[in-house]
Amino acid sequence: MPRRIVIGIRGIGHRVIDSIWRLGYASRFFMLTLLKSGTSMRRFSLIIRELYFTGVLTLIIILVSGLFVGMVLGLQGYETLQKYGAETAVGTLVALSLVRELGPVVAGLLFASRAGSAITAEIGLMKVTEQLDAMGMMAVDPIARVVAPRFWAGVISMPLLAAIFSAMGIFGGYLVAVVLIGVDEGLFWSQMQSVVDFRFDIVNGIIKTCFFGVAVTAIAVFEGYDAQPTAEGVSGATTRTVVTSALVILGLDFVLTSFMFRGVG
Amino acid sequence: MQRSTMDLWVGLFVIAGIGALLILALKVGNLGTYSEAQSYTLIGNFENVGGLKIRAPVKSAGVVVGRVMDIQLSTKTFDAIVTMKIDNRYQFPKDTFASILTSGLLGAQYVGLAAGGDEGMLKSGDKIMKTNSALVLEDMIGQFLFDKASEDDGEF
Repeated sequence: MPRRIVIGIRGIGHRVIDSIWRLGYASRFFMLTLLKSGTSMRRFSLIIRELYFTGVLTLIIILVSGLFVGMVLGLQGYETLQKYGAETAVGTLVALSLVRELGPVVAGLLFASRAGSAITAEIGLMKVTEQLDAMGMMAVDPIARVVAPRFWAGVISMPLLAAIFSAMGIFGGYLVAVVLIGVDEGLFWSQMQSVVDFRFDIVNGIIKTCFFGVAVTAIAVFEGYDAQPTAEGVSGATTRTVVTSALVILGLDFVLTSFMFRGVG
Repeated sequence: MQRSTMDLWVGLFVIAGIGALLILALKVGNLGTYSEAQSYTLIGNFENVGGLKIRAPVKSAGVVVGRVMDIQLSTKTFDAIVTMKIDNRYQFPKDTFASILTSGLLGAQYVGLAAGGDEGMLKSGDKIMKTNSALVLEDMIGQFLFDKASEDDGEF
């Protein structure tokens, strides 16, 4: 009986050490990516190619979901606000919730599941087919050639995508509240402008998206690079990318929000 | 895919992203209407600020003329020091009266400025001498009960 307990405790210890080792490996990989980014910055066409795959191809889902999120916010906000005779504040509601929270978080989740999973699957498959090893044989550094351009493309496209998401959402809220329901247009915009502050709300939202962009793409490239070189391994790594990214985005969002909006409004 | 088509799409994407940022800054945010660069600072000491918050509006005759930037407690006089940024377009006389008011019955609190008749104008960093505290419900009820009690004493 004591032997089983020892084995059980050993199992716990093994898992903890393993996960800490993996975290350290991921951080070292992240530092290595940053160190070797200089080489890939000199070949900017590589980053542009990856910007097309991570940014432009994610645009459709960002546009459509942004529009619908904004429309739903407008509809639900109007329903509640009109009970208090404050239906003109619907613009403020839509803009603040999109710019501060929903824009960065929902765009980050969509980005993780659309672009992050694609990056992981691509790098993982390169590993399965031994393309990464072949590059190493030809004295081409796979981190500088494959990983760093994807990382920087993700970091660049994430804030842009989130901004497009928020702008689209506010347009959706405008469509529902002003065009469909008939809230006064002037009051809709002026109330929004009097409350939404550039420095506190918009810049803080952009800072959030930068953090999310770094986190999601760092997780995606690491999981791809670290994947078991089998079909199962790649599918597992893709799943882990989406799950870990989602958890990290939501956790980071809480931490960043509590720093940014403490004692404000 | 052709290199040039890819470049075109990426260019469009980046332009759309920056355009969205500009829309957010100018149309949604207050960057187009109110800039901090063209403003001056006024300070007011209040006995009690109630529920006044940082970034609350400063209004005069109902027009937003600035924002509350900072609220601190003075350790010498133990009253609240409220720092306000006022738009440069609006100048106020030296005997301006500042009071903390509430918009609506339960609304947010703001600083109301009522201009006086002095010739000299307040300059940046000046202190508003005449202030009026926020109404605190507990104090009002306490005052009311005290008055009631003293009335009753008179009768007997």
